[in-house]
Amino acid sequence: MDFVVNGERRSVDTDPERLLLFVLRNELDLTGAKYGCGEGQCGACTVLIDSKPVRSCQLSIGAVAGKEITTIEGLSDGDRLHPVQQAFIDSDAMQCGYCTSGMILSSVALLRTNPAASDADIKKVLQGNICRCGTYRRIIAAVRTQAKKGGGHPHA
Amino acid sequence: MPELLSASRRDFLKSLGGGMLVLVTLEQESLAQESGRSHRRPASNPPPQDVAAWLHIDQNGAVTAFTGKVEVGQNIRTSLPQAIADELHVQPGSIRLVMGDTALTPWDMGTFGSRTTPTMAPQLRAAAAAMREQLLTIAAKKWSVDRASLTLADGYVLQPASGRKAGYGEFASAADWTKVLCANSEITPPSERQYSGRSLSKLNARELVSGRHQFTSDMKRPGMLYGRVLRPPSFGAQLLSADTTAAAAIPNVTVVHESDFIGVAAPNEFIADKSLDAIKAQWREKSQIYAKDLFSYLKANPENGETGEHDTTAALPDTHAAKNLQSTYAVAYIAHVPLEPRAAVAEWQGSRLTVWTGTQVPFGVRSELAEAFQLTEENVRVIVPDTGAAYGGKHTGECAIEAARLAKAAGRPVKLVWTRQEEFTWAYFRPAGVIEVRSGVANDGTLTSWDFHNYNSGSSGLESPYRCPSSRARFHPTKYPLRQGSYRGLAATANHFARESHIDELALAVGMDPLAFRLKNLQNDRVRAVLEAAAGRFGWDKSKPTPTRGYGLSCGMEKGSYFACCAEISVTPNRQIRVDRVVEAFECGAIVNPRQLENQVEGAIIMGLGGALFEAIDFANGRILNPRLGKYPVPRFSDLPAVEVVLLDRRDLPSAGAGETPIMGIAPAIANGLFQATGVRVRSMPIQPAFQSGV
Repeated sequence: MDFVVNGERRSVDTDPERLLLFVLRNELDLTGAKYGCGEGQCGACTVLIDSKPVRSCQLSIGAVAGKEITTIEGLSDGDRLHPVQQAFIDSDAMQCGYCTSGMILSSVALLRTNPAASDADIKKVLQGNICRCGTYRRIIAAVRTQAKKGGGHPHA
Repeated sequence: MPELLSASRRDFLKSLGGGMLVLVTLEQESLAQESGRSHRRPASNPPPQDVAAWLHIDQNGAVTAFTGKVEVGQNIRTSLPQAIADELHVQPGSIRLVMGDTALTPWDMGTFGSRTTPTMAPQLRAAAAAMREQLLTIAAKKWSVDRASLTLADGYVLQPASGRKAGYGEFASAADWTKVLCANSEITPPSERQYSGRSLSKLNARELVSGRHQFTSDMKRPGMLYGRVLRPPSFGAQLLSADTTAAAAIPNVTVVHESDFIGVAAPNEFIADKSLDAIKAQWREKSQIYAKDLFSYLKANPENGETGEHDTTAALPDTHAAKNLQSTYAVAYIAHVPLEPRAAVAEWQGSRLTVWTGTQVPFGVRSELAEAFQLTEENVRVIVPDTGAAYGGKHTGECAIEAARLAKAAGRPVKLVWTRQEEFTWAYFRPAGVIEVRSGVANDGTLTSWDFHNYNSGSSGLESPYRCPSSRARFHPTKYPLRQGSYRGLAATANHFARESHIDELALAVGMDPLAFRLKNLQNDRVRAVLEAAAGRFGWDKSKPTPTRGYGLSCGMEKGSYFACCAEISVTPNRQIRVDRVVEAFECGAIVNPRQLENQVEGAIIMGLGGALFEAIDFANGRILNPRLGKYPVPRFSDLPAVEVVLLDRRDLPSAGAGETPIMGIAPAIANGLFQATGVRVRSMPIQPAFQSGV
């Protein structure tokens, strides 16, 4: 199975029925995407495929052959955080941090298509992501700071 | 000093390679911490009462603190270094904090009961203060100068007059000094603290936003296998027979079948799932109760162990009352739903066992493992990576034991991560309960009697902040149908729901405003202060209800902190309740980290909103009927009200914990607001389904 992960061509010899989430985590050691529910309800497993957010616990690896996948590990440029990652720190938009990867990737995808997203847009897009610690207001605040700057383009 | 340390710890201290070390002896008070009922320490392993914390400076000046507490999202990985930094005059971010590792950190009862801030922070603070004083003494001697001429800043000893300056390491290397002290040494008063009292982002925030932090479920050990465990179809089902031949025939799969336990370890999660599916098992199930019969079951099945609290007198019935009320409240079973389910990685080296696992009670889990495998505790090491939340739900070691069983049989490290369905089914729940209240009130609004009985849900938060000449509050244990245990705030949420709902009912009975009624009867000034603060910010006086919009409030105290909550709710034509705005005032003594405290209070309101409005475990005949997020909704972005937090900072008082108490106000505030709008008094949690069905 061949695909591109975080800009690198990767090849995994495994059962095509395996779920993308577990291939990323267990075969490629990209553990930023988390298992939270296994039914696409919590968004902790969110990754970007061809820039769109998907639930990697719902996708078999066979279905993503040849696609371009971005995980949280591929978002920063070396030690330089993506502006949305920095915004989550600046807004203290986390407690335990287990949902954070999924929240950030969903937010990055939103800001790419809607750089001036309103609070209502943010809430609508992030509706599928659960933060059980309840930091929703802070997450909206973090994404809002980037929307005000016109979309949080990386390293702008 | 050495007699305080076990042999393995002495080795560890030797391995620190000299420098300065301070040990803080454990106070009796912290041994009496409150735990959920699920955690029991085996009598064979009594708690070693040696030290609570230790702090070390090495020869390069690096500061390392060791505590048995764990980080589960409550932010102590940042707040504890703030306390150390205040005393030792180093940057909080420069302190390495080793947490929850039974081989490296002092014994600790567990991270629960909001105890870290009131007990562990002062202990580490005292250790840091002792270290600071010793640094000054050594430096004065080494430089042959007056001790009073020296100051400390950012890890350096300075003599401002001469411009002389040297890092702590220089003096630590000269010292090879150890000290044991009791936690109550001289510490910096809150008004003079450099770091505590100021907002600071999480010290490990970068690891969290970059996906670099390794939760237990993210770990990988060389040669590690992936485990799964076969679960019975219902609680208490007995295994009659099992055919594991097909599973055992799958290459590289280990099947473990020991009495009722069946599990597999496989090279990856996919093969583990397939192997589990290949096992055919027969079970004998037993008949069990249904959720609809829960509350009558609790009332009909008393157990011994009734505890009474705060009885002034039991002079009932109340003859002074103009009005007597009697109401019954109920709370459902709910689940913690930490986003990271139970996880453990177990690794054996001969008869020594190491388990990484997300638990609030690392030393308790070590005891459980030692007992399960007949090992001495010295041969078991439990390490707790910062965990994807717990909320009181991770006191126990079942996942750790299962992983260790599989690893032992496979002869390789095994990782076991419970599925969400397992976490919903085989963990434990916040206890359901029935609460009966009888009360009396005089015509002028004076509370005359209070008789409060909690069945099964628990005794936390029984204490009332209201003055009452005839008062009794009791907890009555009962038999219960589901595994139950600790939960953020324990029973204080249920008891506040009943008390604060009932207080509103009393206010109505005498025609008084709910705020005025409370202010008239409150005898606790700290509760009064938060209530006035919340009502003021909320604009209580200007809040005028309509048939579809109501305003409710609540207040209370627990675990040394104080809250008042005001909620504005609206009701849609199809009877959906929506919480539009919440103002919560909170006071927990001297604030350590204002922005992170606000974060905890907000988060508690949101989590509390789920249990208040719609969360409930549905069960029938030993099965959980909604063990998935698709069937058990938790609060999402769409449920988010406008939230305002008002923090009262009492620099004159010691800091109390804040991870639990702010969850307690939202449910009664919603119920009271709903009544104000609709005239419907809902006396059960969750409120939404009861309101919908017109109960």
